[in-house]
Amino acid sequence: MSLLSAAEHAVKKPVWGCKMCGQCVLHSTGMTCPMTCPKTLRNGPCGGVRPDGTCEVKPEMRCVWLKAYERSESLPLLPGRWRAEFNHLRPPVDNRLEGTSSWKNLVTGRDRVRPEGWREVVDAAPHDADAG
Amino acid sequence: MSQLADKLARGEFVVTAEIPSVNTDRRAVERAVELYAPFVDAINATDNPAAHAHASPLAVAIAIREAGVEPIMQLVCRDRNRIALEAEIVGGALHGIENLCCLTGDDVTAGDEPEARRVFDVDSAQLVGIARTLASGRYLSGRPLEPAPKLFIGAVENPYAPPHAYRVQRAAKKVAVGAGFLQLQIGYDLAPLHAFMAEAVRTGLHQRVALIPSVCIPRSARGLRFIDEHVPGVSVPPALIERVAAAADGAQACEDLAYELAAEMIALPGVAGLHVISFGRDGAAMRLCERLGNPSRSGKEDVGHGSAVQV
Repeated sequence: MSLLSAAEHAVKKPVWGCKMCGQCVLHSTGMTCPMTCPKTLRNGPCGGVRPDGTCEVKPEMRCVWLKAYERSESLPLLPGRWRAEFNHLRPPVDNRLEGTSSWKNLVTGRDRVRPEGWREVVDAAPHDADAG
Repeated sequence: MSQLADKLARGEFVVTAEIPSVNTDRRAVERAVELYAPFVDAINATDNPAAHAHASPLAVAIAIREAGVEPIMQLVCRDRNRIALEAEIVGGALHGIENLCCLTGDDVTAGDEPEARRVFDVDSAQLVGIARTLASGRYLSGRPLEPAPKLFIGAVENPYAPPHAYRVQRAAKKVAVGAGFLQLQIGYDLAPLHAFMAEAVRTGLHQRVALIPSVCIPRSARGLRFIDEHVPGVSVPPALIERVAAAADGAQACEDLAYELAAEMIALPGVAGLHVISFGRDGAAMRLCERLGNPSRSGKEDVGHGSAVQV
């Protein structure tokens, strides 16, 4: 772990339970880390959320995505453009980035590298999810 | 070409179903398919539901197809990384399996081997995107896949689970990435389904995807209680369990309840079909469809859905 990733972990672990996936999307998920979901879902809650809002896997825990949804709606200082990104499609995680600094990956653009098939088919298709 | 896709594109009502989990009894698949064939358009080959191992969905889908009904191969993200998921879809295409249903999957802790490693390398929306990439003639890496597989890609949504207000948007995300049909989770208190469908119609989602609610026919009040306690994301109001428990004939009471729920579901504007799960009570699924007027064979004027769905 580099000095930068150690510093990032020291800040983000106590506050957000950061898992150091190296491709941080916290800003778009109501400052709630989706990697703390037991299924590490990046695109919204699964169908197993219990009626009381707790997690299918860990009943003692509130669903991470339910928290993310509520916070993305209600956090007072969250910029509107971050709120608007809540339902954006997040590509599959690049597992090679685990343990690296997402700050560095953001600056270098490494966290936005997608597999060619995804880039040319999925990213290239018109997306109207937000219209829903 | 997928007959399910064709029928939905024509705006005709469809019925899909699930047969009991398959292990090594080939005859059981053949018997079930024979029973279901007269009133369904396609049968789901489930992917190790509730994290209990069974025959693989690809193998079951092939068996269903060979028995004479079009299969829908379910794929969950719990047990396979992206390479294995791609291999399963491409392997299905090799055998003519076109209908896919992409799910997150119940967690390993719901099963009888909770010590297993959970995978979730991708999520269900990403799996839809991967299937779309394959259908365009490329693997995820961009490596050519020739000929490109014909796929009719679907997914699921649970209108009954929180956060209710977000569920249509999550469904829309799956549609935007490539889902042509969505099988909806079973439910017993239908108020959330009413709200979900109303929002889907308001936003036009029902015209971009076939929305297919599910109904389940258990055997008894005990079965209902089991669903309530053990099926992730499904709850049953106590009053309904009591109603079935108080009935002289529990099985009949379950069938009556399923009929009431199904009739209410298919009357909702925007509903394109019905998914029937009968927990091994094959006769019950047939009787339900008969009571509903065999909606998959009766023509579209009789039911609540409207325009043709773009698939």
